[in-house]
Amino acid sequence: MFGRAKAGFPGGLALPGHKLYGEAGRTRAAPLPDELVFPLGQHVGQAATPVVQVGDRVRRGDLLAAAEGFVSAAIHASTSGEIRAIEERPIPHASGLSALCIVLAADGEDRGREAPLWTPQADWQDLPREELLACIRQAGIVGLGGAAFPAAVKLNPKDTAHVGTLILNGAECEPYISCDGAAMLEDAPAIVAGARLLAYLIRAREVQIAIEDHNPSALEAMRAAAKDSGDRAVKVVPVPSRYPQGGERQLIQTLTGREVPSEGLPIDIGIVVHNVATAAAIWRAVTAAEPLTERIVTVTGSGVRAPANLRVRIGTPIRTLIEACGGYSEAGVQRLLLGGPMMGVALADDALPIVKGSNCILVGGSEDLAPPVEPMPCIRCGDCVSVCPAGLLPQQLYWHARAKEFDKTQTLNLFDCIECGCCAQVCPSDIPLVQYYRYAKTEIRLAEQEKIKADQARARHEFRQQRLEREKREKEEARRRKREQLAAKQAAQKAKAEAEAAAASADNPAPAGAKEPAQAEQTPPAVAAAQARARRQQAAARDEDQS
Amino acid sequence: MLAALIAFGLLASVIGIALGVAAVRFRVEGNPLVEQIDAILPQTQCGQCSYPGCRPYAEAIAAGEADINQCPPGGEDGVVALAELLGREPKPLNPENGEAQEAPLVAWIDEDRCIGCTLCIQACPVDAILGANKQMHTILASECTGCKLCLPPCPVDCIEMHEVTPTPRNWTWPEPGRSREAA
Repeated sequence: MFGRAKAGFPGGLALPGHKLYGEAGRTRAAPLPDELVFPLGQHVGQAATPVVQVGDRVRRGDLLAAAEGFVSAAIHASTSGEIRAIEERPIPHASGLSALCIVLAADGEDRGREAPLWTPQADWQDLPREELLACIRQAGIVGLGGAAFPAAVKLNPKDTAHVGTLILNGAECEPYISCDGAAMLEDAPAIVAGARLLAYLIRAREVQIAIEDHNPSALEAMRAAAKDSGDRAVKVVPVPSRYPQGGERQLIQTLTGREVPSEGLPIDIGIVVHNVATAAAIWRAVTAAEPLTERIVTVTGSGVRAPANLRVRIGTPIRTLIEACGGYSEAGVQRLLLGGPMMGVALADDALPIVKGSNCILVGGSEDLAPPVEPMPCIRCGDCVSVCPAGLLPQQLYWHARAKEFDKTQTLNLFDCIECGCCAQVCPSDIPLVQYYRYAKTEIRLAEQEKIKADQARARHEFRQQRLEREKREKEEARRRKREQLAAKQAAQKAKAEAEAAAASADNPAPAGAKEPAQAEQTPPAVAAAQARARRQQAAARDEDQS
Repeated sequence: MLAALIAFGLLASVIGIALGVAAVRFRVEGNPLVEQIDAILPQTQCGQCSYPGCRPYAEAIAAGEADINQCPPGGEDGVVALAELLGREPKPLNPENGEAQEAPLVAWIDEDRCIGCTLCIQACPVDAILGANKQMHTILASECTGCKLCLPPCPVDCIEMHEVTPTPRNWTWPEPGRSREAA
């Protein structure tokens, strides 16, 4: 029934779900921690700029850091308390590195703002798009599916004329993750209302809400909400449960039969895809002036006693969530993953905070994750090729990435790889294929950055050389001019002195002066000039006496 | 016979004119090889190759005056790229020119000790130091190439070279299996 033809994309895998669907997936609120940590760069794009100082008292919904630059997102306090520090803290990132974070000491009172940060807009249909986009931007909303791309940017394409379809992605294809399922079960009306608002914003003619057919409770809830809205443009579409159905490109292929161009974006073929929870968050941001301060997180895996979907304040440490789920189980924890078993990244410890893009904490015991094994040589079986949903050649990419022939990986469209991990899953030699692709991708990006830096350095150096050359030329020019001026002055003085000397001998035919011409011929020019000057002064004195 | 002579004569003159025009119109300014070599060099402008900058070194390589293994900042990868471009055998870096630096460097001025002498500003090949006479100087870290040319002229030794620490934005995934091979 869930064959390849129906899934719409090539390859893929049928994986066991391990999902908290139906009543088991109902959310509860996670407890408030004592300390919350907000990394400033928890979204794609430029890190936000803090607008609070250490010691400031804030309430829930207060702005902590403002969006800086076009692709960025604001960060808001998710509870009330005092700013304890703005410092480098470890962040939930594959690198395990630290980055600047705002640390908030919760006061436990959880007071909200008295007045909202912006005006709630119940009648959003009457508003211009710019005002709605401003609300979404102010609310700091990013894609909640995991990519954390600022939503306002994605909703503001250069040209909305050709946007035909809005797709809401509720196809949570990765095993264990069920936070979107919980959102659809509990927030269905808000999601549908958000979908209509988004469709209005990008002028989409139809809305398709895609849900995996293995999640009947969400399908039912969303169908009911879509019916209640009375909007016939909103359709709830079940899609086959085949990993990676929830990949943006794969979902588009299943729903429309069209392929997003290589290294292109869905907007290039007139489609915009948003996560279902993002739509609900946008709805609340516009109609209730609520910034993004909370999200649903799945805490699951055999390493935790009571897996659950929790409503978590952004900034809560992972440890608090695990305690809320009964703590670590006796089975033991092999690895703590942010995300699912296929695409998740390993975290160093449970003190790291939940950020806007954190969808799942997988506390992996021995039942969930295969123990790490020593990879064997590639036998060129080609299994990876048949499961690749992007239609790439994983084994060729592997060979070239391993040999560091990065230009060849690029000609084989490495950047169309979505890192879904199907190839590594089926590899009989247990080669960590995705690690090679990630390695190659980041090396290529780094080389590009270095190239840009080298070009800048070359330009600066050449400019400096030119400047030094020019300064040298100008200095020489100035020196030459000065020399010429001096020479001209001397020549002029000499000429003047001679002329005056000649004139003096002609004007004063005194007995004493009779000898002068002969003297003048013998005296050096400087002396002659001095004599001429003395004579001039005498003559002037005479003139004064006479007058 | 005559027809053949005339025909070949005409042909020769037409081709000659065409070649002459092409030589003038499509004239290549400078040596394109220099550009290609310069594109591979890291542009630190450090002078460790014994030439005053990357471009003079590129010119020297193109002219056959310099070897391809005199650029420590470019490292072994740079030598390999140059060897590939020039169709030569790669060779290890010449130790006389210095050793390859593993991590990129950036200069840092201890602003408490800087006396504002401007000597480092004059030494910086990429104008990455900001300051004025008797004013404190500072490094534009984003423009610094880590060439160390500012170190010798400083009379109070207030400039230090720091390794560039990776941030989550420019961090790269480790090469799989590398740690195992090393162990």
